[in-house]
Amino acid sequence: MNLAYFLSILVFSPLLGILVLSFLPRTQESLIKTVGFLATLPALVLALIAYFQYRAGADLEQLNEKASWIQFGDAGQLGNLFSIDYELGLDGFSLIMIVLTAVLSTLAAIASIHIKKEWKGYFMLFLLLEVGMLGVFAAENLILFFIFFEITLIPTFFLIGKWGYYEKENAAYSFLIYNGLGSAVLLIVIMVLFARTGTANIDALMAAMNADNPQLVAPISENMKMGMLIALLIAFGVKLPIFPLHSWMVRVHVQAPPSIVMLHAGVLLKIGAFGLIRFGMGIFPEQFQSLAVWLAVLGVVNLLYGAFLAFVQTDFKMVLAYSSISHMGIVLIGLGALNEAGIQGAIFQVVSHGLIAALLFFLVGVLYERFQTSNIQNLGGLAKGMPITAGFLLAGAMASLGLPGMSGFVSEFMAFLGLFKEMPILAAVGTIGIIMTAVYLLRAVLGITYGKAHRDFAGITDMKKFEFVPVLVLVGLIVLIGVYPSVLSEPLTSTLETIMLGIGG
Amino acid sequence: MDLETLLSYEWGIMTPEFIILGVATALSLMDLFMPKSQSRKILGWVGFAGIIAALVSLLGHIGHSPESILFDTFRLDSFAKAFKLLLLIGSAMVLLIAIGYEPNEGLEEFRGEFFYLFMAALLGAMIMSSSGDLITLFVGLELLSISSYILAGMRKRNLHSNESAMKYVINGSIATAITLFGMSYVYGLTGTTNLKEMSGFLTSIYNEQHIYLLGLAFFMIVVGLSFKLATAPFHMWAPDVYQGAPTPVTAFLSVVSKTAGFIIIIRILFSIFANAPSGDVQGLPMILALQDYIAFLAGATMIIGNLIALRQRNIKRLFAYSSIAQAGYLLVVIASMSLFMFDTLWFYLGAYLFMNLGAFAIIQHVTHKSGSEDIGQFAGLYRRAPFLAIAMAIFLLSLAGIPGTAGFIGKLNIFMGALVPNEGHYVLVSIMIATTVVSYFYYFGVMVQMFFRPAADTGKVKIPAALTAVIGISLAATILFGIAPNIAFDFLQGNFNQFTDFFQ
Repeated sequence: MNLAYFLSILVFSPLLGILVLSFLPRTQESLIKTVGFLATLPALVLALIAYFQYRAGADLEQLNEKASWIQFGDAGQLGNLFSIDYELGLDGFSLIMIVLTAVLSTLAAIASIHIKKEWKGYFMLFLLLEVGMLGVFAAENLILFFIFFEITLIPTFFLIGKWGYYEKENAAYSFLIYNGLGSAVLLIVIMVLFARTGTANIDALMAAMNADNPQLVAPISENMKMGMLIALLIAFGVKLPIFPLHSWMVRVHVQAPPSIVMLHAGVLLKIGAFGLIRFGMGIFPEQFQSLAVWLAVLGVVNLLYGAFLAFVQTDFKMVLAYSSISHMGIVLIGLGALNEAGIQGAIFQVVSHGLIAALLFFLVGVLYERFQTSNIQNLGGLAKGMPITAGFLLAGAMASLGLPGMSGFVSEFMAFLGLFKEMPILAAVGTIGIIMTAVYLLRAVLGITYGKAHRDFAGITDMKKFEFVPVLVLVGLIVLIGVYPSVLSEPLTSTLETIMLGIGG
Repeated sequence: MDLETLLSYEWGIMTPEFIILGVATALSLMDLFMPKSQSRKILGWVGFAGIIAALVSLLGHIGHSPESILFDTFRLDSFAKAFKLLLLIGSAMVLLIAIGYEPNEGLEEFRGEFFYLFMAALLGAMIMSSSGDLITLFVGLELLSISSYILAGMRKRNLHSNESAMKYVINGSIATAITLFGMSYVYGLTGTTNLKEMSGFLTSIYNEQHIYLLGLAFFMIVVGLSFKLATAPFHMWAPDVYQGAPTPVTAFLSVVSKTAGFIIIIRILFSIFANAPSGDVQGLPMILALQDYIAFLAGATMIIGNLIALRQRNIKRLFAYSSIAQAGYLLVVIASMSLFMFDTLWFYLGAYLFMNLGAFAIIQHVTHKSGSEDIGQFAGLYRRAPFLAIAMAIFLLSLAGIPGTAGFIGKLNIFMGALVPNEGHYVLVSIMIATTVVSYFYYFGVMVQMFFRPAADTGKVKIPAALTAVIGISLAATILFGIAPNIAFDFLQGNFNQFTDFFQ
């Protein structure tokens, strides 16, 4: 696969859809939806090609792209002090994230059929969001990463604020402010690194920060490094989210349209984990080690806090929102363990939860479309009226609580394996969370499927044809990872090796 | 001075100024002899043509070595050329906005004055950017200020406009007096008004009393000039004047006049105080010793501008506070005094010029149609005029510093400049980033109106051609410099030689 511009085409292919959409009249509902869906396909196809080629032994480095972009800081004879290149590239981890993004985008585009108004604007923003998400994972330098990171922010704000539910504008503002602050902190770190080292390239930064006598524009003290890592933790902690920075995310999960929550829970939250692993661990390995215990503690807190709050919710969307917080705790636990099993578990959890959350929120969308509610009690007795939907709901819950044979099990198992090796007592406390997960999920899902029926299901159709596509794809992937984890673990091998080398494990 | 020396001067370097002066005179004469019934719009186009001619003649000077005439009172160095470029482009666009301005009340008869006062103000700003002497600096400053005072009060039968002109005159005179007082100390110490001679003389002062006086002069000059920049502590006039003045004048004040303010503050501070000793043991020059003072003003300005903007419902007041905040960001550039201060300042002022003028063109159109300046007027703009709404959204995103726009690249440069020095200005950068997030609130508030709220009236919107041009140019520039900023950086580096001749 020796293709120049392969990655650029992959990342920017949704723009083609935006271009086509801008020429369509805004009343052509089905045409707009079809174009919106089709526009997500090129990225999906290219991402899959890259994945299978990589599995077949091709080298990802061929895909790297580099073009000079901005030079400033003119220092006369010294030349330009600062230059930012346009650099895209992939490693195993980011390749997997790109595949995840592309798959979920296509499925969310299908789920967008439920959108009721202003389809044209919706799909233009949707596709712009996809560009941002793909770009975040493909960016090879921090400035570019930040630019794509911010590009995801704007469409998401509008998608929540315009197409969401009752309190959509509050949710959109709370999203904007929390994430705005998060990215502000991130920007400070990026600018300090860039100003002091003179490079924003991630690999170059890793080398520069960990060399014995690095060539820097200005010195960086040990305290500064620690400060920057903590700042990174806050910036990505907002995104992940880490307790107590989570309140915006609950609101977004409840108020945003389900198709957007699929992307939000499936990909956008994962940028936090991606950033922590790639930049936190990669650039500041020594400092990361000294913070590892705290990460593990935060992880257990997240896990338990999310689980207990999910237990008392009456709205299924709230259950899922707190469940996301709880599951992100497992990512932190895996990272805190700082050994191979733990980190691998964390990455697995990132992918696995992305798929499971997308599945469950898609089903929420299906239910809301029919009943205009996501209240557990009101939905009771679903198994009688919509047996197929109820069955998939149960499957999603089983995956989420970590039933062996599904992806959730593999990731939780590995993350805890890692933590038990390093901090057994903390891990033991954490297992309470695993039990709680089973409890709250079963309570909610059984309440919906077998609970007392409060309504008449006559005239309600079970899943329609198009609704089967996302569900079957997602369940298929979840089971595939569950029974054959090497679809994920093999591409990750080289990334993990690099990380382990950095932290000296 | 006899005729021979007078003729021996290289008058060619003043061509742009002569063109503007000539056009301003011609406009006033045309206004005088034109029949009352005839529309004065034609004057606007003549003025526009004059600015374009001046721009062309200025471009012809780019690349030549610096020259000065009239005993070094007028100098055309890289700094002057680069910033005159901004002044001329900004004024040309303001003039287009003014041509597209359809006054509701009592401006018809004075429309001619409107145009040639703009030219006079521009002339003042251009003189400031080229002057090497306190006298010419001050004359330029006054020419700009007095023309602006009249412009602000142009809507004679409008109470707000009268109030704004009054406040502007009073505040402006106080500020000018303070500046002048500060300058008089420097003159008293050095016995000359020439900036270069002053700077040479001041390197050798050692008397502590003198240094103390010089410090006092520094404070007074900065405080007085903060009026033109609309930064703390002299920012209070901005909201009232911005609200009351006709929209093209507001646009002029927020862009051209502000640019002129930064020009004069750089001319004075970095000519006079760059070499003066500060009296401390390490032999730090005064400007570095007093860096924190400017940093403090920058921080205060950013906080005040962004926080008070949150509570504004009037779009022009909102933009007044927004422009205060933007001036705060620009002060960060001066406070950090990095190697590439001039480049950063130039780029951000340029980006600001386009995004702010584009926004003002839209504001003028929207508010004029309804006669109200409440941000509710933007409700449902996306339904009525999608292009206008998307253009406005991009200007707002650029003002908020979102990637993909020129505003982001400008902010990026400012951060770099502030963080590069060994003791980076972390606090200042943090304040800037935090207040930027605060600014999301009010910039996005306008967008919420445009995209989320239903429209009050659903009539289609027809935009005058002159405004379309301004919006189109601004939009293109905002996106172009956001995606390919190197066009601007290459131009700067290729033509202005790092502004080294500023200090020669």
